[in-house]
Amino acid sequence: MSQKLKDATIPTIPLGARIQRWIGRNLIRIYAVFAFTYLFIPVAYTFAFSFNDSGKSNLIWKGFTLGNWQNPCGAPEVCNALGNSIKIGFLATFFSTILGTMIAFAIGRHKFRGRSTSNLLIFLPMATPEIVMGASLLSLFLVLKINPGFWPTVIAHIVFCISFVVVTVKARIASLDPRLEQAAMDLYANEFETFRRVTLPLVAPGIAGAALLAFSLSFDDFIITNFNSGTLTTFPKFIYVSAARGIPAQANVIGSAMFFLALTIVIVGQLVNRRKVR
Amino acid sequence: MGKIRTPYLLLLPGFGFLFTFFILPIINLAQTSTQTRVSGGDTGQYEQTLRFTNYLDAFVENKEQFGRSFLYAIIATVLALAIAYPLAYAIAFKAGKYKNLLLVLVVAPFFTSFLLRTIAWKQILGEEGFVVPTLRSLGIISESTTLTSTSFAVVMGMTYNFLPFMTLPLFASIDRIDPRTLEASGDLYANGLTTFRRVTLPLSMPGVVAGTLLTFIPAAGDYVNAAILGNPNTKMLGNVIESRYFKIVDYPTAAALSFTLMAAILILVTLYIRKAGTEELV
Repeated sequence: MSQKLKDATIPTIPLGARIQRWIGRNLIRIYAVFAFTYLFIPVAYTFAFSFNDSGKSNLIWKGFTLGNWQNPCGAPEVCNALGNSIKIGFLATFFSTILGTMIAFAIGRHKFRGRSTSNLLIFLPMATPEIVMGASLLSLFLVLKINPGFWPTVIAHIVFCISFVVVTVKARIASLDPRLEQAAMDLYANEFETFRRVTLPLVAPGIAGAALLAFSLSFDDFIITNFNSGTLTTFPKFIYVSAARGIPAQANVIGSAMFFLALTIVIVGQLVNRRKVR
Repeated sequence: MGKIRTPYLLLLPGFGFLFTFFILPIINLAQTSTQTRVSGGDTGQYEQTLRFTNYLDAFVENKEQFGRSFLYAIIATVLALAIAYPLAYAIAFKAGKYKNLLLVLVVAPFFTSFLLRTIAWKQILGEEGFVVPTLRSLGIISESTTLTSTSFAVVMGMTYNFLPFMTLPLFASIDRIDPRTLEASGDLYANGLTTFRRVTLPLSMPGVVAGTLLTFIPAAGDYVNAAILGNPNTKMLGNVIESRYFKIVDYPTAAALSFTLMAAILILVTLYIRKAGTEELV
């Protein structure tokens, strides 16, 4: 029956109309392909030019080489800057994840006086332009006679990461089924045990996501860092400063490597998550 | 008793930190903004006064950059919304089992440093890139037209850099829409456009509001795109604040400008949220 129906209908539609119909139906998918191309053009460009045999300034294509990948620290200062960024990123992630997760549990799990004020205090840093946050922290450090540098930068990064951690973890807490915890209590788990064996494992993916977000925000931050780091160089600062005289191809190598590393972490994380769900 | 105290104990370290390193600096910035230069003192020496005319001076001196910041940020936000909405819609409704993967791909460009990507745009749109020669040979732009160091490049760079901030919240709220509501609308003889206007768009408003805010706020305070992709005539407020701090060492003006920027953003954001009618943002 259905075979007959297919035979009867398909040949009657002319090819042009079929193509038109296919485009009409898939317009939004075609659009999405274009949008992703737009998103990835500069990433592809950065990756391609990491293989450029460029010498000092990586502006014009001069020939293919693997040399930049074999010697990513070949350009002066670049690995020092990268090391600083990684150190700052880890410290900022560690502290902001702990502080932010505690706040998220307080706001997401408890009704208390001042809850809406707390929400406002979390929203404010996100509504403050980076330049204002960076400039105001710098002026505080100047008043306190603290020289800008490594620790001021770490502190600044914790400040802007906390809000994003709170929002991410809170969303995960809100999506939890409260019956799971009730079930644990019914099975005579006390509050602490319930938290450790039921709540925390369920919220853990949210905390991991928040930590990854915090690290990438910290690693990529330029504006606030520029205000509070003094003479310390971070990876984004290195790029900004060397942009005037040409960025060495090693910076492209590190940028591309970070891209693939982060992509791998995220995809592996998702696969692990999916397996757990099954 | 312990139950009542728990949330406050959880909040204490984080809020203590935020108070010390976010609220106090803002208060301190307010104080700095009314300081006066010590007459006959060194560069960067200021004394605490209540000179509110700093604000007026700073504004009058930089009203062009001020207007430009908001104009560029608004254009970039609108463009980002126009680009991101169909994309978020496609991921939410058409991606099937690839939904999570595509979502990762939206964020993925983030992991290449945003400065590297902005500089990549500068080179792609520059004289040696492939865009300008192609457009010239097609006759779309004239021989003398350049794309870098223009306001077009600055706005394009901002649109590009903040696109994921727009796409993610849009996706989150479109993804929550029950496809059956769209079917119901169709069953009631609404065409595609009406369904979008009366059902999809209103239901995705929280995402539109969150996305536009997350794009507009950093865009208004940005100076990196203007510094890399622009020229002296595309300077934004951020560029002025930066140079007041580091090159001219004029802290009061920089502080007054920062404060004006923040106040203007907060006022705009409040009006916008009122108008859009969504309170639940965080």
